[in-house]
Amino acid sequence: MDKKLYTIIIYTENIAGMLNQVTAEFTRRMMNIDTITASSSSVEGVHRYTITLWGEEESIEKVTKRIEKKVDVLKADYYVDSEIFFQEVALYKLSTPKIMENNQISRLIRHSAAHVIEVNANYTVVEMTGSTDDILELYDKFVALQCMQQFVKSGRVAVPRDSVENLTELLFDEDYKRKPTKNRE
Amino acid sequence: MGKEIISGGEALMRSLIKEGVDTVFGYPGGSIMPVFDAMYDHRSDFRQVLVRHEQGAVHAAQGYARSSGKVGVSIVTSGPGATNTLTGISDAMLDSTPVVVIAGQVGCAVLGTDAFQEIDFVGITQPITKWSYQIRRPEDVAWAVARAFYIAGTGRPGPVVLDFTKNAQTAMTEYEPVYVDSVRSYVPYPTPCRSAVEEAAALINSSKRPLMLVGQGVELGEAHEELKALIEKANIPAARTLLGLSALPSDHPLCVGMLGMHGNYGPNYNTNECDLLIAVGMRFSDRVTGNVATYAKQAKVIHIDIDHAEINKNVAVDVPIVGDCKEVLPMITELVESRDRKEWIESFAKYNAIEYEKVGAKALNPGSGPLLMGEVARKISEATNNSAILVTDVGQNQMMSSRYFKYTLPRSILTSGGLGTMGYGLPAAIGAKMAMPQRTVCLFTGDGGFQMNIQELGTIMEQGTGVKMILLNNNYLGNVRQWQELFFDHRYSWTPMLNPEYSLIAKGYGIASRLVVDREELDDAIREMLSTDEPFLLHVAVKEEDNVMPMTPPGATVSEMIFE
Repeated sequence: MDKKLYTIIIYTENIAGMLNQVTAEFTRRMMNIDTITASSSSVEGVHRYTITLWGEEESIEKVTKRIEKKVDVLKADYYVDSEIFFQEVALYKLSTPKIMENNQISRLIRHSAAHVIEVNANYTVVEMTGSTDDILELYDKFVALQCMQQFVKSGRVAVPRDSVENLTELLFDEDYKRKPTKNRE
Repeated sequence: MGKEIISGGEALMRSLIKEGVDTVFGYPGGSIMPVFDAMYDHRSDFRQVLVRHEQGAVHAAQGYARSSGKVGVSIVTSGPGATNTLTGISDAMLDSTPVVVIAGQVGCAVLGTDAFQEIDFVGITQPITKWSYQIRRPEDVAWAVARAFYIAGTGRPGPVVLDFTKNAQTAMTEYEPVYVDSVRSYVPYPTPCRSAVEEAAALINSSKRPLMLVGQGVELGEAHEELKALIEKANIPAARTLLGLSALPSDHPLCVGMLGMHGNYGPNYNTNECDLLIAVGMRFSDRVTGNVATYAKQAKVIHIDIDHAEINKNVAVDVPIVGDCKEVLPMITELVESRDRKEWIESFAKYNAIEYEKVGAKALNPGSGPLLMGEVARKISEATNNSAILVTDVGQNQMMSSRYFKYTLPRSILTSGGLGTMGYGLPAAIGAKMAMPQRTVCLFTGDGGFQMNIQELGTIMEQGTGVKMILLNNNYLGNVRQWQELFFDHRYSWTPMLNPEYSLIAKGYGIASRLVVDREELDDAIREMLSTDEPFLLHVAVKEEDNVMPMTPPGATVSEMIFE
């Protein structure tokens, strides 16, 4: 079976220890999480986790169901990339003296989707939001131009392409929750 | 008038009483002392059972819960007291047993400092509980206890942990009872899908060879009558899992035996002959399916379960129905039609007769030679009018007693199915007898498992619990020895065991006992054991190298059972 990158979106009550409960389901199966983003959702008191990992659909579906089964998890669904809009954010800390030396670097920044958010005599911080591929491509170019000092990239944030918008209704609708994890649109 | 101001420990007492708790199994210690102090004032409100080890406290609570359907309760201290409960909690998780384990915890002020007897109990128990929560303030006690009982006992039952910090036990709070009857993120009783029910009924009506697989869910959902109504109306033969053995009486005309590795030949063979499997309240454990790649591939599968995550977990399902079997079964019954399936139903008896000829006849009537486990189990079953609660330990004693016992009443088998916990039996039997004093409770255990929680004889002594203990002693860790004989070339590594003089141990605890070596003595010894309400240890010397048969060898196809 093919391994694909899956994005699992999980809504939980905002309580201590919740993330541990969710990630334990992956640990148990030695499934390695690729990225994870946890923050508040548009519903008060409800947290939203976005987890990406590589796997086969069968195991992703099983783990998603086990997560949704947890008492304080409101909902869990999994998606492939074609079913969601997604972005990541990256920060590149570059050497200002190197940028001064080589004008290719500033040209690269201007022609990419990146923004400069800090410049001082020692370093320059550049931010870019985009796909993993775009972010890593820019990273490779900075490395090739020998100006990279530090690099960090966030986990993915994602919204499904389907048009269900009333999140509150969705989260608390029992019938909806009991439909198969897939094909909920 | 203002609300009453009480301590967190006292709030726990009021909350337990409000939940209808009549028995608590526990063991005191430093971090839970304020709770035990509060319990001192409630000695007449509920029974307080001092066990001899915290593992025993949880297994006793499990036995109490599984025999009665109520939530079992254990109260222990922090650190080692808490970690000693982990096996019982895991067992309750795998076997869907409603228990609430309340553990002491160090005060909030020193959490995370490696304080004396501090461990991260919530962190440790999250993967093995339905819910695990730390109570940090006395004002949260009433809510947390109400939520714990609600979660443990509803939907698919399971264990809940409350980690009770010492400061919250001693601090004062206004107390007002809290009632929890819903949790917004939790759907204990999903609404069954009507179209799936219709689809299932249509499959049943068109099936020539349906087979019903009955699991513990039927017991938990108290759907015994609903199950009978469906199989009787549609003429469906039904086989039970180990945990579901008393969900359908053994002598029901449509009952075709037990599933699983050491189940009956009829249902195991016909699993791969049927055209429709209807699984209800069971989870297609690997002990039931054997090699899942060759399991019932010819059949359509209907799976009725209250737990959404069970669907398609081990076996691909054609028609899933997520819901409470007590609600789902009558919906199906209404839509099914009676069919003549005489020939199909009789085919089970044909294969079961093969099993009886090859295994059962010898196990039950060996004639001469050492006593066998099977004949002891059947004799005791009959001597109790097939109406005792069978509690087993794990291993050969478990398989032999569960196979040869007969079941006429619900909730009559308590056994560690999922976790396979040696040491489960003795404390679980104590809990069962306390919950159901009017019933005879027969523990079948082996010389290995008996010694794993043998300290609970002290609890029996102190409480005068009339448990009938049948120790099937073969001087081996018998099940492992059987596997070594069959699959490891007779290399008996670490399985022969030198045993103590059990009559002296029983005597030390003031418990009557009798050793039976000869077949001629067995009936009389059973009579003696059952003649009083007192605890009794019946120590039976059984054949040392006896095997549980038939058997689906590990990794083999379910229908390919071996008989010797």
